[in-house]
Amino acid sequence: MHKSVYRYEYRRSRDQDARSPVPHAVVVVGAGPVGLAAAVDLAQRGVRVVLLDDSDRIGEGSRGICWSKRTLEILDRLGVGERLVARGVTWKLGKVFCGDELLFAFDLLPEEGHKMPAFINLQQFHLEKALVDRTGEIENIDLRWKNRVAGLEQRNDGVRLTIETPEGAYRLDADWLIAADGARSTVRGLLGLGFSGVTFEDKFLIADVRMAADFPTERRFWFAPKFHAGQSALMHRQPDNVWRIDLQLGPDADPIAEQEPERVRARLAKVLAPHDFELEWVSVYTFNCRRLDRFVHDRVIFIGDAAHQVSPFGARGANSGIQDAENLAWKLAAMLAGEGGEALIASYDIERTQAADENIGHSTRSTDFMSPHSRAERGLRDAVLALAPKAEFARRMVNSGRLSLPSVYDSPLSTPDEAPFAGASKLGAPLPDAPMTRPDGTPAHLLENLRDGFELICVKADADGDGWRHVPDGIRRTVIGEDLFDRTRILTQRFDATPGAAYLVRPDQHLCARWRRFDAGKLAAAHARALGR
Amino acid sequence: MAKLVTASRFADPDAAYVALVDARRNLSDAEAAALDTKLVLILANHIGDLDVLNEAIALAREPAGSSP
Repeated sequence: MHKSVYRYEYRRSRDQDARSPVPHAVVVVGAGPVGLAAAVDLAQRGVRVVLLDDSDRIGEGSRGICWSKRTLEILDRLGVGERLVARGVTWKLGKVFCGDELLFAFDLLPEEGHKMPAFINLQQFHLEKALVDRTGEIENIDLRWKNRVAGLEQRNDGVRLTIETPEGAYRLDADWLIAADGARSTVRGLLGLGFSGVTFEDKFLIADVRMAADFPTERRFWFAPKFHAGQSALMHRQPDNVWRIDLQLGPDADPIAEQEPERVRARLAKVLAPHDFELEWVSVYTFNCRRLDRFVHDRVIFIGDAAHQVSPFGARGANSGIQDAENLAWKLAAMLAGEGGEALIASYDIERTQAADENIGHSTRSTDFMSPHSRAERGLRDAVLALAPKAEFARRMVNSGRLSLPSVYDSPLSTPDEAPFAGASKLGAPLPDAPMTRPDGTPAHLLENLRDGFELICVKADADGDGWRHVPDGIRRTVIGEDLFDRTRILTQRFDATPGAAYLVRPDQHLCARWRRFDAGKLAAAHARALGR
Repeated sequence: MAKLVTASRFADPDAAYVALVDARRNLSDAEAAALDTKLVLILANHIGDLDVLNEAIALAREPAGSSP
């Protein structure tokens, strides 16, 4: 079976020759998509990061493939969004079948004016490779392969790590440790932390095949198709003629026997006939919907699968992990710069446990629908499927996975609205993107205009309302009607923008305050609040 | 003139489905059937309209695959 693997060299660090443990501000454990995103984000904010990974390669199998719009917006800010979109397969349509009958189709991004698509499909190793390449393009990241965390000691203001390498062990100190070391997190184990949640018994076969086929570029999901009787099936297109097929096997399947190539080929032949195909990667998995009770444990902070796990139906795993990384990166950078208060790190826990609960809730519901726990539950599910072709209310209950959307944070960092705002933009949510025109007439998008810091977006007023010409330090100002122009009126509509209105945007592009009329005092207070002061 | 509404009316259909799943969690088939029967009676009375009830019965009795 073919595997795309990128190998990296172990290199000895000077820290290994130091007499006493060398201090570092931030150490990230795990160079998967989430750890890499955290490291790049911190580095772009001027924070020096040591990134440790116990392996020396990426690319063992395709693994995660669906990257959501919000994740792509984050990756765009991290400097790799455009290259990933160019490499991936863009899609936004999904179809759900019962047997051979199409129940319904859905469009995940039915409107124009966004730089990033609803989703791209791209093998996880491509994303990791792009981020590893990015660590070489920017300053501040010390990426150490074949460095395995073996010991962890929590101290007054940081953590002391023992790290195993091919040349023996060494120690280093970290003011902050970010654990991005995945579902089987070593750091979580060293701290003795357990999960709360549910393990599902159903087993699923996941297979990537190479095949020349002209199936549409859509997410296609079947309940009880003829080619896989009684179970569910999911198909996704990836680049380079690679297709992902995910087959439900039931609770009694033997995970070893089910991975035997002949058996896998026989199953897939029924799905893919008459196409010839070549197996790329096969895995049998079960899944959990669970999370740590708290993501912040003194100076150790958990992100991604190390903190929470969901089923793959909905693409809420790696996408939510990258959103964890973005949420934490600016807050940690602000703490290290002395700008943020203690409440800022606590807000990471508040906001991202909210997001994890939302993801776990959706994931659990999808799983309950796909894998009923008893005959009584299956009877209800089958009744919904039987009514779905005839009644819209039943179609709306058919759940093949609710696809990842960013969370709207109910956050202490937000300043409540004084006046009502309509439109798609919401307090606590990432800004909706909008097509803009630069003063020289060239096209642009709103989000790509935002930098890594706080931003005040002001709508030019006809007469007064010039106060925003004096925004405080630490906030960058963009004036709609001077710096960018809203020719399509899409921003006006999405932001319910009126002349003189002002919007304070956090460094993670989430809206934290807005006013119909600028007020310097209110802006300063909202800025301080968003920094946890 | 049809009076039965088959358009989705729940703000969050997933939550409504989960409520029905949770109601039958850990029930035997017979217990679930008894629960469903009581639910039918309770909801039929809540609707309180024989025309709607007859339309709902007709929809539920339609064989799979037939058009609405």
